[in-house]
Amino acid sequence: MPVPRPLRDIAVVAFAQSDHRRTSDELSEVEMLLPVLHRVLDRTGLRTGDIGFTCSGSTDYLAGRAFSFTMALDGVGAWPPISESHVEMDGAWALYEAWTKLLTGDADTALVYAYGKSSPGSVRDVLTRQLDPYYVAPLWPDSVALAALQAQALVDAGDTDEPALAAVASRSRRAATGNPHAQLRGPVPQGDYVVRPLRTGDCPPIGDGTAAVVLASGERARELCERPAWIRGIDHRIEAHGLGVRDLTDSPSTRLAAERAGAFDAPVDTAELHAPFSSQEVVLRRALRLDDSVEVNPSGGALAANPVMATGLIRIGEAADRIRRGDSDRALAHATSGPCLQQNLVAVLEGDPR
Amino acid sequence: MAEVLKAPLVVEFPFTRSLGPVQSAFLSGLRERVVLGVRGGDGRVLVPPVEYDPVTSEELDELVEVAPTGTVTTWAWNHEPRRGQPLDRPFAWVLVRLDGAGTGLLHALDAPDGPGSVRTGMRVRVRWAQDRSGAITDIACFEPYEAGEAGTPGEAGEPAPHDGRFADPVTGIVAPARLDYTYSPGRAQSAHLRALAERRVVGERCPSCRKVYVPPRGACPTCGVATSERVEVGPRGTVTTFCIVNIKAAHTANLDIEVPYVYAHIALDGADLALHGRIAGIPYDRVRMGLRVEPVWPDGGGHPDHYRPTGEPDADYETYKELL
Amino acid sequence: MSGATSTATGKEPVAVVGIGQTKHVAARRDVSIAGLVREAARRALDDAELDWPDIDAVVIGKAPDFFEGVMMPELYLADALGAVGKPMLRVHTAGSVGGSTALVATNLVAGRVHGTVLTLAYEKQSESNAMWGLSLPVPFQQPLLAGAGGFFAPHVRAYIRRTGAPGTVGSLVAYKDRRNALKNPYAHLHEHGITLEKVQASPMLWDPIRYSETCPSSDGACAMVLTDRAGAARSPRPPAWLHGGAMRSEPTLFAGKDLVSPQAGKDCAADVYRQAGVADPRRDIDAVEMYVPFSWYEPMWLENLGFAEEGEGWKLTESGVTELDGDLPVNMSGGVLSTNPIGASGMIRFAEAALQVRGQAGEHQVDGARRALGHAYGGGSQFFSMWLVGAAPPAS
Repeated sequence: MPVPRPLRDIAVVAFAQSDHRRTSDELSEVEMLLPVLHRVLDRTGLRTGDIGFTCSGSTDYLAGRAFSFTMALDGVGAWPPISESHVEMDGAWALYEAWTKLLTGDADTALVYAYGKSSPGSVRDVLTRQLDPYYVAPLWPDSVALAALQAQALVDAGDTDEPALAAVASRSRRAATGNPHAQLRGPVPQGDYVVRPLRTGDCPPIGDGTAAVVLASGERARELCERPAWIRGIDHRIEAHGLGVRDLTDSPSTRLAAERAGAFDAPVDTAELHAPFSSQEVVLRRALRLDDSVEVNPSGGALAANPVMATGLIRIGEAADRIRRGDSDRALAHATSGPCLQQNLVAVLEGDPR
Repeated sequence: MAEVLKAPLVVEFPFTRSLGPVQSAFLSGLRERVVLGVRGGDGRVLVPPVEYDPVTSEELDELVEVAPTGTVTTWAWNHEPRRGQPLDRPFAWVLVRLDGAGTGLLHALDAPDGPGSVRTGMRVRVRWAQDRSGAITDIACFEPYEAGEAGTPGEAGEPAPHDGRFADPVTGIVAPARLDYTYSPGRAQSAHLRALAERRVVGERCPSCRKVYVPPRGACPTCGVATSERVEVGPRGTVTTFCIVNIKAAHTANLDIEVPYVYAHIALDGADLALHGRIAGIPYDRVRMGLRVEPVWPDGGGHPDHYRPTGEPDADYETYKELL
Repeated sequence: MSGATSTATGKEPVAVVGIGQTKHVAARRDVSIAGLVREAARRALDDAELDWPDIDAVVIGKAPDFFEGVMMPELYLADALGAVGKPMLRVHTAGSVGGSTALVATNLVAGRVHGTVLTLAYEKQSESNAMWGLSLPVPFQQPLLAGAGGFFAPHVRAYIRRTGAPGTVGSLVAYKDRRNALKNPYAHLHEHGITLEKVQASPMLWDPIRYSETCPSSDGACAMVLTDRAGAARSPRPPAWLHGGAMRSEPTLFAGKDLVSPQAGKDCAADVYRQAGVADPRRDIDAVEMYVPFSWYEPMWLENLGFAEEGEGWKLTESGVTELDGDLPVNMSGGVLSTNPIGASGMIRFAEAALQVRGQAGEHQVDGARRALGHAYGGGSQFFSMWLVGAAPPAS
C-alpha cells in the first residue's frame, strides 16, 4: 500500500557544504560554519530574519567541550531572537525535526545546519563513548573494530568479500573526482588492514566539515528554487543497542524507514547512502533493494568525506542537488547513527515532472 | 599567517555508575567466575543480560547461568591495540555466543598464533582476570579452547536458573574515561591571545553593526557575519556588576584563590560588552558597580590575573547600564 | 519570521494524557541510567493506561552528554524506552532542553506524523559532577572563576540595582518553594521545619545569593505521553491540551544583551500567548511553573513573561501573589529550587503545568486551574521554551 503523502509539501531548496579537510585547526567551529551558512542563504536570497525555524546537529564529544553548539549559534546571527532547536545527532535528524516543524504550519522556511571537527580528537576512540556504558564502553572497542566485526559477519555469510569491498571503495573515490568538496578523490590505495578484514580503503577519511540546507513549503519552495527537491517521505528507525542481539548482516531499521518513507512505492534513480565503511554499503543496498540501475553515491559518499555529524545531512543535500540540477527525478537519501548502523533515516526526494 | 595556536585538552573523569539489579547480578557473578544471562520474551537467553527486552521492551529478570565456554560468531583482527582495550598485544575482537546463550558477548580473544588461527565457529572459553572487582574486565579475554567442537552435547546444556544473589553484591562500578584532544581556538581568539601575551587587549569590530567584541569570537553573534577589524580596547574599564564569592567550589579555578573575593563583569573602555574577571587590591566589601579598574598582568602576559581600582571616580550608572 | 500558514494546514490538537516522574534524589544508586528513565516512562504509560506498543515514537532530551559520560545516550537507551523499531529523536538545547524536547514531540503529533509519542528527559548527576562537566579545562580560555552560582549572581545584583527590590525577596521565594516541595512527593528537597529565618540565616555563597536560594543537584527523570484527539478521547483521565508552545534563542553573549530580562524570553512568551489567545497573562493564566534555579529569578521571570511591569516583579512575590494559595501561584511543585535533574528540569515544569490543568497535582493542586504555563530556559539566559496548557481543548 503506498504511503500517504505528508500533510504539507516541503522541499529542500538549497544546500551548501564546506570543503572537507583532514584538519581545520586555524578555524573555530563558527569560523568554519559561517561561510557555509552565508552560501546556503545566498542561494535562496533569504536572510536569517526571513527564516521561520532553525535547527542544527552536532555533538559535544567531538569538540571535547560541553555546550559547544551554543557558540556555533554565533554564526547564524540570532538577533532579533529566532525560533531555534538543536539535536545531539547527525544533521539529518535536525532536518527531520525542521520538517516536522514545517508540517505543523508554524513556519514556511527552515535553516538546517550541522558541523563536526574530528581533527581535535581521536574519533575512533571518541565513538566508543556511545556504547553501553556498563558492559561495552569499558573495553574501548573503537568504531573501526565494530565495523570490522560486521564486515566479517558479511564475509562469513557470503554477502561480500575483500575484492568486492575494495570495489565499493574505489568506485566511491572515483565518483568523488566530480565533487570538489570531497576529501578523498580519485585512486586511493586499499592499503593495509586497519582492523581485519577492513583496510584503509574501506574506512572513511577523518576530517572536518560542515553543511547547511534550506527547507521551504509549498509555493514558497517554488519561489526560492527553480526545481525544489520535494520530500515525498522521510522516516527514521532505531534498533536494539547490543551488537550481540542484532543480525549485523541486515538493517531492518533501514528497511522499515524506507517503507515508511515510501521508498519502495516507485523506483529511485539515485541513492546517497551514509555508509562510512565499504561493508555497510553492502548491508544498505540490500535493505533498500537497490539494483545496478540505481546510481549509488555519485558524490563519493562517506568514503570520500566524513565530517561526523554532518555526513548524513550531506547525503540529503547531495541528493537534493542532483534533483535541482536535473540529474535525478527521484532520489533516496540515507543517514545513519550509532555502532554498526544502529539507527537509520531514509528520505525520498522528487523533482517536479519535466 | 601566524602559526596556529594549539594545546592539549584532556577530558578525564572517573564516572560512578550504579547498576540496577540485573547488571549488578551479572557483574557480581563475573567476580565469582559465574556467567549469567537473562531469558527474553522470545525464550532466548541474552548474554550479557540486558535489563529490557530488545524485542518486547518488557523488563527482564529471569536470570540463568550459562557456560564460560562458547563459539565465535564473528571476529576482527586488531593488530594495533589502543588505549584501554583488553589486551596490549595483537588480539581479535570477537562476538561469542556462550554455550546456553542465544546472543553474542563482545570481548577480546587472545590468539597468540595470529589471525590465521581465528575463525568464525571456533570454540573459546573465558580467561578470568586475576583480580576481579565486578566489572566486564573481570573477563580478561577469551582464549581458544580445544576440548570440544561447536554444538557438542554436554557443553551446551540447558542453562540453569539462578537467583542472581551473591554475597556482597557489586552495586556500582567506577568507569574512568579519558579522551585526549588538541584544542585550537581559531583565528579570532588566537589573535586575541597573542595580544594578551603582549599585555594588550584586542577585540574585533563587526563590519555591520560596528560593535566591538572582546574577546572576539570570529563572528558577530547578532549579525552573523565575520569580524576581522582588530581594535585595541581598555586596558581600563568599569565594573558593571559583580558577586562576592564566599565558597571554594570543587573543579573550578577558584581553588587557589582565598575567599571571599569579587567576581565581576568588566566593560573595558571601547568594548561593547563586558568580560569577566576578579577584582582585588580593594577590600571585597568595598567593590561597587561603576568602580573603575585596570588589569594586573601575570608575569609573561596572558589573561589578567585580576583587576584593581584605578582611583578614578566611579562611572555614572547611565554610562554602563546598557552593558549590564 | 516568515508568514505562518497554520490555518491552511490544520494542526492536529495535542493532548497530554500521561505523566510520570521519578522521586528525585541526590543519587539514585539503586538503578542504572536505563532504569532511571524507564521508571518515569513506565509511570507515564501507566497514567495513560497505555503500553509500549501503543507508542509510535520517542523523543528524549538531556543536558550535556559529559554529565554522565555517555555520548548520544539515546542509542543505549533505545531498548529501555521501548523504541526498538521506532523513530527516536534526541534534543539538546542546554537548560531549556526538557521543555524543547516536549515541544519537538508535540510537533510530531501536531504535524500528524504520529498519533501517540513518548517524550522524556533526564539527568543522573550522581554519575559525575556537573561542575566538572561545565568547566572542562579548555586551554587558553580564562577559567570559570566562580562556580555555578557565580555565573548568575551578578545578574541578580543587576536586577536589584535596576528595580530597587529589597534584599529579602530572594529568601521569600526560597521559603515558598521549599514549603511547596513538602506537598510534592516527587520533589528532591523535603526540608521539614523550614522557616524564613532559616533561609535568611543560610550562608551567603555568591553574594547576593544565599545557600538556601540555590538549587540542588538531582538524579531524576520525567516523561509524558502526548497524543492526538483520538488518543485523548480514549484517555482514562482528563488530558491537558496544548494551547501554545514556542522556542526562542538568542546568542550567548552579545553587545546589548539584557541578561536580566532577555528579549528571547519576552518574544517566546508573546508567541505562546498569541497562539493561546492570552491577552493579559496575569489574568488569563492560573498557575505557572517557571525555571527558577536561583530564587531571585522568580521576580525576574515574572517581568520577562509579562506577569508584571518591568521593575515590579518583586512586588508580586513580596505580597504573596505567587504563593500556592495566592492569586498567581508560581512553582507549586517546589520548582527547580527543590528539584534539579538538569536535563529534566524543564520537562518537569511542563509536566507540572499539565498536572495542574488535569487536576492531578495532589496536595499542590491549585483549585480550579484551567490554564497553566510551563517555562524553561538555559545556556547564557539565551534558550527559552514554553508551553501553555489548558483543561479544555484549544479553540480551533
